[in-house]
Amino acid sequence: MSRNPSTILKASPTAAIDPTASGCPTPREETEQILLGHGSGGMMSADLMRRVFLPAFDNEVLAAMEDQATVAFPSGRRLAFTTDSYVVRPIFFPGGDIGRLAVNGTVNDLAVGGARPLYLSAAFILEEGLAIADLKRVVRSMREACDESGVAMVTGDTKVVDRGKGDRIFITTSGVGVVPAGRSLSIRNARPGDRILVSGTMGDHGIAILSVREGIEFETVLESDTAPLNGLADVLLEACPDVRCLRDPTRGGLSSALNELAKGSGVGVELEESAIPVRPEVRAACELFGLDPMYVANEGKLIAVVPRETAGRALAAMRSHPLGRDSAVVGEVVSSHRGLVVMTSPFGGQRMVAMIAGEHLPRIC
Amino acid sequence: MRHLDEYRDPSAAKSLLRSIRRATTRAWTLMEICGGQTHSILKYGIDELLPPEITLVHGPGCPVCVTPVELIDKAVEIASRTGVIFCSFGDMLRVPGSHGDLLAVKASGGDVRLVYSPLDCLSLAERNPEKTVVFFAVGFETTAPANAMAVRQASRRGIDNFAVLVSHVTVPPAMSAILESPDNHVQGFLAAGHVCSVMGCAEYETLAERFRIPIVVAGFEPLDLLDGIHHCICMLEEGRIGVENRYARAVRPGGNERAKELMAEVFEVTDRKWRGIGTILRSGYRLRSEFARFDAEARFDLGALRAEESRSCLSGLILQGLKKPHECPEFGGRCTPTSPLGATMVSSEGACAAYYQYGRMKVAAG
Repeated sequence: MSRNPSTILKASPTAAIDPTASGCPTPREETEQILLGHGSGGMMSADLMRRVFLPAFDNEVLAAMEDQATVAFPSGRRLAFTTDSYVVRPIFFPGGDIGRLAVNGTVNDLAVGGARPLYLSAAFILEEGLAIADLKRVVRSMREACDESGVAMVTGDTKVVDRGKGDRIFITTSGVGVVPAGRSLSIRNARPGDRILVSGTMGDHGIAILSVREGIEFETVLESDTAPLNGLADVLLEACPDVRCLRDPTRGGLSSALNELAKGSGVGVELEESAIPVRPEVRAACELFGLDPMYVANEGKLIAVVPRETAGRALAAMRSHPLGRDSAVVGEVVSSHRGLVVMTSPFGGQRMVAMIAGEHLPRIC
Repeated sequence: MRHLDEYRDPSAAKSLLRSIRRATTRAWTLMEICGGQTHSILKYGIDELLPPEITLVHGPGCPVCVTPVELIDKAVEIASRTGVIFCSFGDMLRVPGSHGDLLAVKASGGDVRLVYSPLDCLSLAERNPEKTVVFFAVGFETTAPANAMAVRQASRRGIDNFAVLVSHVTVPPAMSAILESPDNHVQGFLAAGHVCSVMGCAEYETLAERFRIPIVVAGFEPLDLLDGIHHCICMLEEGRIGVENRYARAVRPGGNERAKELMAEVFEVTDRKWRGIGTILRSGYRLRSEFARFDAEARFDLGALRAEESRSCLSGLILQGLKKPHECPEFGGRCTPTSPLGATMVSSEGACAAYYQYGRMKVAAG
């Protein structure tokens, strides 16, 4: 998706020319695989744009093919802006793919700031040899994810790297949204007495990826939970405008998100282990690999910190949304052990839930 | 999980805790052998729930922790060679050698791969005939049978581009060394259930008789551990010695005969160095001469590697139950999971890592 208007504009009229007729060694336009030329900014880049990206993200802003996207923006509110890169392997997995992840991840980063996500950009780094059919499948997913969350993909970029220098496809998405006047969600807002809610089961995404990567099958197909959270966040914020903080516990899982909250707000966090929803198959896989669901990634789950008085209303609101059916109150904010997350086991014993150091590696035996 | 939930039932745990409290009349020090047991004890807060008379100390049963730094250095050296695919279980990758770990080798371009079974290495070797696939064969009696199987299959299938870097250790000689130490204060053991499921209980009977102590074979779930502690305390209070198998759902007294035969076919007993402790006689396995061609140490000229360990790391004392992790002056300061001075802080089963992950709060609170 080169945004260089000169190459795009020059390329468009040449689409009707058959390069092979002139004896030129330029590859045919309609290749089945990504070739280095698709990242050249020339005719083949334009071809990729025409074949894959423009039809997928069909909108006027993108179609204008400017160097930048110029969009109408609601005034009087605050701008939210975020960016994230996606390098997941394999690129297709149960419950989603890298494209869906790339859109939902950025939408969610905006949603947990209380913003209404509006516009996205996508930068693709493609490995030479990637099947165009796979790229189209990824882009189709991205379009569907955009539609689900009500955002428009308005600008982007494509680069191609030599075979062996990438991992099929990397995607960086950036997004902008607006935060309504008077809304301020932050990891600095938590106060002792607040309740901590999660919108569903923990660890589904990380274990779904692990199971396909390592070829391990479970009794039921475990799917990634990748989903756009802005709809769920809207429902919650409408029912409880006094929500203190929202987080999406992605890499590092629930543990990292709550440790950031404890440090950011200078409070302690206490969790009830038995209240934290975890699918039996995720728990079983974690047992098998020696992993802890507290540290496993999620891609469609929300953590909400709400005042004690409105926790019941918040829980009911979250449960009313399809993505929040399994919502639960899992803990509370306390004034003791500031900066630390402590979990009470079903036996009444307590342990600290620290941030993970390095990668979460499976144990030896 | 149905079967696991049975061993995590809170009301049964509370009942066992009451039984332990009733049975305890004086101070006792028990050692759980296995790092997996240490992990469960801290994860479920069992140590805090026990009566104050009972002290749990953590044993040398973490395979990652006890692998000597020389072996890590050899692994790092082999993994750095071109033409080598170096395979290891996950938690060995971050263990520091004298000058870096396997993850650092990977980052520098070495072909280092995480595997879940040594048998995966054989198919990797068949798919990459131009490379030598080396597997880091570490661990106790629990991992030895599968590693023996990999070597035997490589031999039978003629997969000559496969080798193992062997660092197997065995539990009973380490228990013996702990009990022989003049500083020992361990009065009873919780033996590692999965080791006994392979080896049986005979060696433990001998140890119990020789040192006049109770040994209870225990599992890894919270109820297994509470039940094991309860029985060990009862034996101590009643002055009984001997072995009680409280993990009968997995452990037969004779162990797993087929696994033992396989290990005996491929490995023979040897003296082995333990990280932080030193050499313990007849405490490990090495390849028998019939399988010497699969020995990575023999295949690669490793020259004279000089191992260096942190002088301030107390992991040797911690592995012998002589110190608790937070008694180390470096704990949580210069030594953390992100920059560990010793293996007990890096392995997920290491006592220091478990204390750091689950128990630092207690230290912070004084």
